[in-house]
Amino acid sequence: MTLRQALSEGRFVVTAESCPPKGTAVAGALEEAERLRGLVQAFNVTDQQSSVMRLGSLALCHLLHERGLEPVYQVTCRDRNRIALQSDLLSAAALGVENVLCLTGDHVSMGDHPQAKPVFDLDSVSLLEAARQLSSGHDLAGKELDGTPSFFLGAVVSPGADPVEPQLLKMEKKARAGAEFFQTQAVFDAGAFGRFMEAARPLGKPVLAGIILLKSAGMARFMNRNIPGVHVPDRLIGIMEAAKDRQSASVEVAAGLIRELKPLCQGIHLMAMGWEHLVPRVLEASGLVNGEAG
Amino acid sequence: MIIAEQKPLDEMARMLAPYSRVLIVGCGTCMTVCGAGGEREVSYLHHALRVARARAGGEPRIFLEHTLKRQCDLEFLDLLKDRVAEVDAVLSLGCGVGVQAIAEHFPDLPVLPGVNTSFVGMADEWGVWDERCAACGDCRLADTGGICPITRCTKGMLNGPCAGTKNGKCEASPEMDCGWVLIYRRLETLNQLEKMRRYYPPRNFRTIPRPRRITSRAGGPGETDGPQPA
Repeated sequence: MTLRQALSEGRFVVTAESCPPKGTAVAGALEEAERLRGLVQAFNVTDQQSSVMRLGSLALCHLLHERGLEPVYQVTCRDRNRIALQSDLLSAAALGVENVLCLTGDHVSMGDHPQAKPVFDLDSVSLLEAARQLSSGHDLAGKELDGTPSFFLGAVVSPGADPVEPQLLKMEKKARAGAEFFQTQAVFDAGAFGRFMEAARPLGKPVLAGIILLKSAGMARFMNRNIPGVHVPDRLIGIMEAAKDRQSASVEVAAGLIRELKPLCQGIHLMAMGWEHLVPRVLEASGLVNGEAG
Repeated sequence: MIIAEQKPLDEMARMLAPYSRVLIVGCGTCMTVCGAGGEREVSYLHHALRVARARAGGEPRIFLEHTLKRQCDLEFLDLLKDRVAEVDAVLSLGCGVGVQAIAEHFPDLPVLPGVNTSFVGMADEWGVWDERCAACGDCRLADTGGICPITRCTKGMLNGPCAGTKNGKCEASPEMDCGWVLIYRRLETLNQLEKMRRYYPPRNFRTIPRPRRITSRAGGPGETDGPQPA
């Protein structure tokens, strides 16, 4: 069963983030994914996350696909113009990669090549439009394609953004431009997330809530200060601070959140941030096994 | 107007090293207003370069000064004719247009830039200048509440804020306002939020093939595309 089928059947879906290496050593990322085989529906492969130059998302997507693991190809608008983006989308389809998560992308100044030229020829909305247009047999210039891809398109939204209203307006535009599912920035407050879902419900698109594994109280405070749209409540920071075994506390916090969020959304997207080995424990503790409600 | 910053003194001194007689040319328009290259700056720079030369123990260099009303206007450049005959290089404190206008007008004369031309903008307060216009050739301010998304959004996005906005600030710099939050607030005030719900297709970069030319002789003002009259 594919991600598209699972979501259309209303199954509660789990995806995991997969980060390509800085270099050609893909074995580690593939091993991490292998460990989650059968536990998650799909692997969401980042595209030069935080503007740090790495191995390409499409290469890792292809390697996962080859092993029978389902990838979600993240595509950002930071590094390629509309010609290269459309071309890479066609390349993905030719390699059998059809799940595409369309993002604008972080600014180059956040990464390890801050002097690079930022492209942003398209934005997340026009990238969705481009992918949809390719799926209808034409490119952005209206030219007919020889062989038509069939993408399952996703987009991101930040429920904790301040102000959140423009994010909702944009979410609506993304849905109109072809987004079939949404993945969110990390959620730590089920109450606030519930209010966001109230506002997003009329769109009728499945939402996967982002879950980041907290590694320490310091990391939580750092995210609160620096990561837009992320707010870790003091209660969770307190749990991490008091913990003797931080990994167990991290599992407990994530599983607790997932149990609270499950009635509110259609799935979760797990960002393990290097603690990928804890994902099976998180899924078990939250009552999610084999990517479905246990 | 055009905003520029004067280059560091040591960079200018290095550029001037091969020349012994130099004319420093200021510009009476934008460069005077932004304090990068008006008559006063020409005079300060003249003395600063003289002192720097003396400290470095080099041969004294002859400096002449002249500030034109506008360097980007051929009519005013003619006024330099006699002065340039006395020098072996010009240091222009005009914007990039001024430097190139002098170079075009005096083909045998080396012309050096004394400022880094930065952007089209305005003063927030004296000494603080903000970019406001990208000169993109395809103005969409009618749709964005009079706030430019090409300039004020660091990614130049057309369809609303990215998820990198935090407390109304930009992910690229916590001191910088998120252009799209400004646009959102303004459209809300104007009761025009429906403009933010619209889809704006990708920009047409054919409107800005470089170098651009606008001619009012054929095709009417604002025609920048297609063949140009000889």
